[in-house]
Amino acid sequence: MVKTLFYIEDPVINQTLYEVSDPEIPVLSIMDMGIVRDVKVDGKKIDIKITPTYSGCPAMDTIAVDIKKALEEKGFSVDVELVLAPAWTTDWITPSGRKKLEDYGIATPLEKSMDKRALFDGERIVKCPQCQSHNTIMVSQFGSTACKALFKCEDCLEPFDYFKCLK
Amino acid sequence: MSNQKLYQYLLLLGDNSLILGHRLSELCGHGPSLETDIALTNMSLDLYGQVRSYFQYAAKIKGDNSTEDSVAFLRTEREYHNSILVEQENKDFAHVIVRQFFFDVYHNLLLDKLKSSKDEIIAAIAHKSIKESDYHLRFSSQWVRRLGGGTVISHEKTQAAVTHLYPFIHELVSPIPIEKEMQELGIGINPDDLRDEYFNQVQEVLNEVNLEYAELKERFARGKTGIHTEQLGYILGELQYMQRAYPNMQW
Repeated sequence: MVKTLFYIEDPVINQTLYEVSDPEIPVLSIMDMGIVRDVKVDGKKIDIKITPTYSGCPAMDTIAVDIKKALEEKGFSVDVELVLAPAWTTDWITPSGRKKLEDYGIATPLEKSMDKRALFDGERIVKCPQCQSHNTIMVSQFGSTACKALFKCEDCLEPFDYFKCLK
Repeated sequence: MSNQKLYQYLLLLGDNSLILGHRLSELCGHGPSLETDIALTNMSLDLYGQVRSYFQYAAKIKGDNSTEDSVAFLRTEREYHNSILVEQENKDFAHVIVRQFFFDVYHNLLLDKLKSSKDEIIAAIAHKSIKESDYHLRFSSQWVRRLGGGTVISHEKTQAAVTHLYPFIHELVSPIPIEKEMQELGIGINPDDLRDEYFNQVQEVLNEVNLEYAELKERFARGKTGIHTEQLGYILGELQYMQRAYPNMQW
C-alpha cells in the first residue's frame, strides 16, 4: 500500500512544506498534491523525496529549488531527490487539495473509468466548478499544462480546466 | 553485463522520444488549431520528460562528467539510435498524426513490457511513461480515424502519409543485437515479440477507415544502428546549435 500522506513530527518542517506550492497551480501545496513522498529528518539535516506528476512537468525543478530555499531559511540543510517509482497518481491529491482545486476553478479528477468516458465518448459527467452543472463538453484533451484538459460549461458558458485523472 | 551495453540500450530507448519530441516541438505555434497545437506540444513535453529520465540514468552510468545534456546534445549523427520513422519531417498535419500513431502503438506495447524489466530504473520510467503514452495513443488513433474517415481531401492526405510512412515501421519491431542481448538479461525487450500485436493494432485502425498499405519486406532497419536519413542532420543542426556554440550553457 502506497502511503498518500504521512505525518511529519516537526511542526516547522510540516508547516514549511505546506507553504511550498506548485507554481502552475499556486493554490495547491505540494503536500496536497501528494508529490512529497518521503521526509527523513536527522537533526538539522533533511532528505526529501519528491515525484513528478508528469515526466516532463517543468515545475519539478522549480519545486525542488523552492523546497530547499524554504527549509534552508529555517536553518536546515536539505537534499531533494526526484524518484519515479511508484508513479504518481491523482489519487494522492488530498481531500483538502481537491477542495482547493474546485475553489480555484479547476474541476477535479474523476474515477478512472469515468474519466475515459468523459474524455473520449463525450459523456457529460465532469462538473463545472463555477455553476456545478454537468452540462459540460470537452474542448481539448490537452490543456494549459500537461496535467489538465480543457472543458466548457454549456450552461454558464465559462471555459474551465479539468485536472486529468492519472492512475 | 557491461555498463557500456546498458548505456547503449538507454540511448536506444531515449533517442526515439528525443527526436520525436523535437519534431513535435517544431509545431509549437504552428498547429492547425489552438487545441491541436497545445496537444502536440504537450506530447512533446511528455516525451522530453521521458528522455530526461533515460539520459540522467545514462549519464550516471557513463560517468566522466557526463550529464543528461551532454548525452542529448553532444553526440555525432551516427551515435543517435532513433528509428527512421520518428525523424521524418512534419510535412502536413496528416503526416504528423500518422507518424505519431505508428510510434504510439509501438511505444505502448514496448513500455507495457518494460514495466517488468529487471532494471529497476527502466521499470520505473516505463511505469511512469506508459500513463502518458496511453493518452497520446488515444489522441493519435482518434485523429487517424477522423482524418481517414473525414472528407475526400482529408482521406487523400492521410493516405499519402500512410503510403510514405508505412515502410518505416518495420524497423520498430525488427531487433538489433543489443535488444536481443538485453532481453536475455531480463532488462530489455526483443521487439520481434511485439511484431504481431503491433501490426494487428495498426492495421485495425487503418482498415477501419479504408487506408491502404502495402505488405512489405524488411528494410529501412538501420536508424537504430546509427544510419539515418538526411532528415536527422537538420534536426541535429538545430538541436545541438546552442550547446556547440556555447558549451555547457544552462538556462
